[in-house]
Amino acid sequence: MSGKHVEANQPDKFEFNNESLKKIETILKKYPTERKKSAVMPLLDLAQRQHDNWIPLAAIKKIGEILEVPYIKVYEVATFYTMYNLAPTGKYFVQVCTTSPCAIRGSDKIVNLCKKYISEKESHLSKDGKSSWLEVECLGACVSAPMMQINDDFYEDLDEQSAVKIFEGIKNDTLPKPGSQKGRKGFEPNKRLTLVKN
Amino acid sequence: MLQDKDRIFTNLYGDYGFDLSSAKQRGDWKDTKSLIEKGKDWIINEVKVSELRGRGGAGFPTGMKWSFAPKKDANSSRPHYLVINADESEPGTCKDRDILRFEPQKLIEGCLIAAFAVSANVCYVYIRGEYIAESKILQKAIDEAYANSLIGKNASGTGFDFDMFIHMGAGAYICGEETALLESIEGNKGQPRLKPPFPALVGLYGCPTIVNNVETIAVVPTILRRSGKWFAGFGRPRNTGTKIFCISGNVNNPCNVEEEMGVPLKDLIEKHAGGVIGGWDNLQAVIPGGSSMPILSKAICDTIKMDFDALVEAKSGLGTAGIVVIDKSQDIVKVIARIARFYKHESCGQCTPCREGSGWMWRMLVRIQKGEAEIAELDMLMDVTKQIEGHTICAFGEGSSWPVQGLLRHFRTEIEERLNFKNKKIA
Repeated sequence: MSGKHVEANQPDKFEFNNESLKKIETILKKYPTERKKSAVMPLLDLAQRQHDNWIPLAAIKKIGEILEVPYIKVYEVATFYTMYNLAPTGKYFVQVCTTSPCAIRGSDKIVNLCKKYISEKESHLSKDGKSSWLEVECLGACVSAPMMQINDDFYEDLDEQSAVKIFEGIKNDTLPKPGSQKGRKGFEPNKRLTLVKN
Repeated sequence: MLQDKDRIFTNLYGDYGFDLSSAKQRGDWKDTKSLIEKGKDWIINEVKVSELRGRGGAGFPTGMKWSFAPKKDANSSRPHYLVINADESEPGTCKDRDILRFEPQKLIEGCLIAAFAVSANVCYVYIRGEYIAESKILQKAIDEAYANSLIGKNASGTGFDFDMFIHMGAGAYICGEETALLESIEGNKGQPRLKPPFPALVGLYGCPTIVNNVETIAVVPTILRRSGKWFAGFGRPRNTGTKIFCISGNVNNPCNVEEEMGVPLKDLIEKHAGGVIGGWDNLQAVIPGGSSMPILSKAICDTIKMDFDALVEAKSGLGTAGIVVIDKSQDIVKVIARIARFYKHESCGQCTPCREGSGWMWRMLVRIQKGEAEIAELDMLMDVTKQIEGHTICAFGEGSSWPVQGLLRHFRTEIEERLNFKNKKIA
């Protein structure tokens, strides 16, 4: 897997808040009691959600304590999987898919817009500190390519026009509705031959 | 063309709700109890009769896989597990996503039946981390199934206890490999295990585990209701049933469609996906089954039928049935180089041939794309693919080298022309 940027300025402490602690209880119930380690991934996700979309090293340590797993075992999971951010991403974290099915349909145009609207370089915060972007591998929406993910949401069936609208929306905190930007519900063709609604 | 009455996924396009009552109107959960009461042997046999082959890419016969699950010893404390592979990450593939968001009850019902057949009381669904909206929908559907006693203690009144949990991935393609997936559920890096032992005997937490793809499990209830014979009636022997095809790339109407196995590729592209942009003659090549499967030249695309055996004969594979259409406006070397970059990024790093070789292939392809390579390097590139293929713990090695082999097989002349042209210019 590719290398990961770890933030230099780390907070000294990390504590899960009450809401997260409740969630941890539910998560632990999913796995056999002697297999607490299985909760490493859901807890990393929880820490990231609680801590402005990135995981400080103190949280990795905390998770190790809660699950009785050595620090390094949690750290290696946090660095192995691409979705765990170990440095700040800004309020809006934009991930543009550029794998072949998206590339064929013009994902380079979306990347250029990211450079224009967010920052020249990947994984660098925008001037207002609000957003950052990253080229990622296939996100599993090939039939609605090109596409990008902003935080939890997929924005699909993009073209330059609709992408500009989204990037403008980031500036004013008014993002359009996620999903297909051409009004598709799922992966239905524009002209249906099957499952035609009566 | 497959008729609407023979479709399994009648809500493939999300026209109706995913909620339980809508799903029941579509026929889900009808007499599930009586299906289960017919017994394990009947269920497994019916799936064998259907000749259903795994829809995740490898195409292993599902009924046979289930029969590998050991008999549960009443005195043994070792539980059995059913694990659903929803780590859909193969470039070109987005079919399981539609099942998760539009037909989740088909999956849940299939899980109950499959779990019963392999004596598993617990099922984990491993969903790729990016499918957050889809996982929320599936969780809602699971909650609804629990609330209606369809699953849980005494599931559907069968006396069988069945629990179902979601485990989210976090962006690692390799976790689609079944043993990497199990490692990931156990809280480790997703690195594949050496086999044997196979998961059916030593899987999750060291216990017998059956791992199946989402689509494979979601078609099971319909097969049992309409009979294995009905399912086997589509396609041809060993290549039966209906299948969701994803058609992306340079087509006018990219779409997912459920079709009969063995449907001509040209029909899928021309009829369902609105044709190749610029017409059929503008077609350059097609990736038939997700990025791991070697490309097909236009001449093959003219006549090929989409099933497991036909595509193997054409030195490719059905894989996940993610069809990526590439027209003549694309630089084919660039397309494959980008796929090579994908594999370089996603290699788990465990086996040297794959970790190092995937980077080698990518860098060589970029040089070839720019016309900077020598012609002799084409043989060297082929050699690198052969050094990776068959020399790794898991099939990722094949997945990364096959697309490059496909490129060299079908486009060597064009590539040589490109390199000759550039070399002459320099001279």
